[in-house]
Amino acid sequence: MSQMSILRVVAKVLLPFILLFALYVQFHGDYGPGGGFQAGVIFASGFVLYGLVYGLGAVRRVAPARVVEILVAVGVLIYAGTGVVTMLLGGAFLEYGALTPGHPAEGQHLGLLVIELGVGITVSAVMISIFSTFAGRGRA
Amino acid sequence: MIDLEVEVVTALLLVLLCLTAVAVVRMRSLWAAVMLMGIYSFLGASWMLLLDAPDVAFTEAAVGAGISTILALATLALTTTRAKQPVHSPVLPLVVVGVTGAALAYGTLDMPMFGDANSPANSYPHPSYLERTEQDIHIPNVVTAVLGSYRGYDTLGETVVIFTAGIGVLLLLRGSRARVHPDQPEGPTA
Repeated sequence: MSQMSILRVVAKVLLPFILLFALYVQFHGDYGPGGGFQAGVIFASGFVLYGLVYGLGAVRRVAPARVVEILVAVGVLIYAGTGVVTMLLGGAFLEYGALTPGHPAEGQHLGLLVIELGVGITVSAVMISIFSTFAGRGRA
Repeated sequence: MIDLEVEVVTALLLVLLCLTAVAVVRMRSLWAAVMLMGIYSFLGASWMLLLDAPDVAFTEAAVGAGISTILALATLALTTTRAKQPVHSPVLPLVVVGVTGAALAYGTLDMPMFGDANSPANSYPHPSYLERTEQDIHIPNVVTAVLGSYRGYDTLGETVVIFTAGIGVLLLLRGSRARVHPDQPEGPTA
């Protein structure tokens, strides 16, 4: 943990903006550049900054290792599950148009949002757990 | 005039990229080398932005300059921060790199010019993706549409790759930590 108060204050001020920017990139990926992958990395970098300044224990309290490891799989499940849902609704695997019968374009838009969310969850969970496992090695 | 400015900035960025790469190779202080690699990634991201690829530039800046730098610093915290003097002569590696680089440069002679309308990248997949995305999906970002919908299987595969990589790293790091505990009996399958 850093004892420098300037670092601690600046990190705390920056954190909400980093996380908000990640959410913006996540949910605005269909209008601007970005998407689940970039958003996941930016979201994870917020946790990395928190861990660098406040110590690994602080990150583990906010995001327990067990929860993060489950989220690694949840993202992939959301993505593949969307494909299963579209099949149950009578479409092909990942044919998002089937999500909203009668309005295929709306379904496509909805499906994109959902799968990008899955990508974002998996990417940020993988990044957070790699960082915390790496950073935790020195003291093991 | 705009084109000339873009050309000048591109040339500057590429020269800076080369200088940074040479500096990273020659640097003995690993802290400075890691920082320079972050700068290298940012320069690369700026160049990709000039090539009209903001999505890729975004990823390069976030992963290359952000996460990779952090992981490299975390590695330095576990090892030393100065590179050892090389014990072998650098002549053979230099020849290998030089020949490979020359072969790659020779290969680019066959590639279509940047922005060529008849290049395979611009004629396949069919440009109608650009026209169809708006009415098929109602979103303006064609990159997202191609990644998520037209090429949805590929992106699912990429997500599974990240998932697998993450699980692999966790298993490796956890596995090696378990071996450190002296109270664990050495199993024949460990």
